[in-house]
Amino acid sequence: MAEVFVVANAANKLTYEMLTMARGLGMGDVAVVVLGAPGTADAIADNLAEYGAAKIYAAEDSVLEDFLVAPKAEVLAKLITEHQPAAVLLPSVQEGKEIAARVAVSLDNGLLTEIVGLTGEGVATQPVFAGSTIVTSRVTKGIPLVTVRPNSLTPSPEAATPERVSVPVEVSDQAKLVAVTDRVTEAKGDRPELTEAGVVVSGGRGVGSAEQFSVIEEFADLLGGAVGASRAATDAGYYPHKFQVGQTGSTVSPQLYLAAGISGAIQHRAGMQTSKTIVAINKDDAAPIFDIADFGVVGDLFKVLPQAAETIKKSRQ
Amino acid sequence: MRPDTYMKIVVLTKQVPDSGLDRSLGADDFTVERASASNVISELDENAIEAAMVLSDAGDAEVTILTVGPDHALETVRKALSMGPDKAVHVQDDAIAGSCAVTTSAVIAAALGKLEYDLVLCAAESTDGGVGGMAQMLGARLGVAAMSGARKLTVDGNKLTVERQTDDGYETLTATTPAVVSVWDSMNTPRYPSLKGIMAAKRKPVETMSLADLGLAPEQVGAAGATSAVVSAEPRPPRSAGQKVVDEGEGGAQLAQFLASEKFV
Repeated sequence: MAEVFVVANAANKLTYEMLTMARGLGMGDVAVVVLGAPGTADAIADNLAEYGAAKIYAAEDSVLEDFLVAPKAEVLAKLITEHQPAAVLLPSVQEGKEIAARVAVSLDNGLLTEIVGLTGEGVATQPVFAGSTIVTSRVTKGIPLVTVRPNSLTPSPEAATPERVSVPVEVSDQAKLVAVTDRVTEAKGDRPELTEAGVVVSGGRGVGSAEQFSVIEEFADLLGGAVGASRAATDAGYYPHKFQVGQTGSTVSPQLYLAAGISGAIQHRAGMQTSKTIVAINKDDAAPIFDIADFGVVGDLFKVLPQAAETIKKSRQ
Repeated sequence: MRPDTYMKIVVLTKQVPDSGLDRSLGADDFTVERASASNVISELDENAIEAAMVLSDAGDAEVTILTVGPDHALETVRKALSMGPDKAVHVQDDAIAGSCAVTTSAVIAAALGKLEYDLVLCAAESTDGGVGGMAQMLGARLGVAAMSGARKLTVDGNKLTVERQTDDGYETLTATTPAVVSVWDSMNTPRYPSLKGIMAAKRKPVETMSLADLGLAPEQVGAAGATSAVVSAEPRPPRSAGQKVVDEGEGGAQLAQFLASEKFV
């Protein structure tokens, strides 16, 4: 029986979501392809086993980290050619999409990105046009090669005992054209990852300044959520660009999305309108964010949020 | 003899339906409805043009716009030229309509093969298809360095340094020309075309290339050559507005009550 490849190099929620999706396809055993520096596969093997990995292909060599994505794409393309998997799933994040793009070209294989569902017949579901249209698509040349959007399904564990297969890493000079010369990790505190968080509290232009974003942060911390920002807020320098939610930022789909001081331009809605519950606070009664909010408060966020926080704190005592 | 700073830069631009308005897929073939849409230049393309013009302003560079698209894509070619680039190439052939991203990258690579370039700049993703893979696809096809998702680009002779955001910070990439670099909007603020720029754009040369000019056959592109196909398209069921309260001193308490009733606190 053919295998289904899941490409992962970290034990995170998206990896578990991909494993759950891959198991549900009924196309074959789930084989995780780990592409990274030596030690990457062993560090996450137990987590992969917990979510049903029948096999782990460990391609480990520092060359995979020293150069940008092309070496990983070469190794993956070779594995696909050798093992002819029934489908290949990659994370729909910057690196996953880049690897998939190169593999698609080198194998002349179709590519579907940002999918939120996949059937055993290889039909993928994709939200397009800022989530306003849902399309189903299929790869017509080659195997289903897809990148999976975070928060597309609820991961469920299923224990397995994966077989570990070491994959030799041979990389051409063509794949070594872009060197990664420095990696800087910035302190991110205790808050959950924006794209993985169950609760996201976002601020927009209405927050007014970088200093005043503390009101957003405090409310996020109260609910154990991540902090997001609209493009207007990141462009104005109120909050770092990497926290932007929207068409040109992250796409989030949490249980609760709270938008404070955000009007709800289509560019922002593109990144959050698949959230389960949406709450909005805005001074402007006509703000379009209210059209998609399950609960809206027309008012000053600097009055509403502190009062809500106070009420919540009291109820917890 | 070229001065050290001389670069031939090609900027990829794409005409897309305005993302601020309603967009749709054709009912028969599920391709993006372009003919009836209000079409604009894909937003991040302007950041790529700006990056090229910054290099052009700083030294001696020739900037060429490259667009693949139908006749009316010429409107956005002129818009792109109004920001300062020198000339444009418009790849136009009816057979290209319906191409997937993988096939489109073959058309663009073939066009780049007809041009001289040290640096190709493009958007990290378009606002319509949004696949986000063009820079890497072109790098793989052309065998040149591909640096995607840049928020900062510095050029020193033939040496390129890119800084890009990652999940937990940022990383620095280096490569030498020729190279393809894709950019995010965090890189710069695109200039507004001046009246002089708009007037000048009307007279700038735009060369049209057909598939035959690129050495490609019609069956290699379009729906025939596509590597993926849309099976169905449905509008998402609209979200309906829920409860809305006006804060008259109790808005925060009402919000807390709602969050409690939904078990978020």
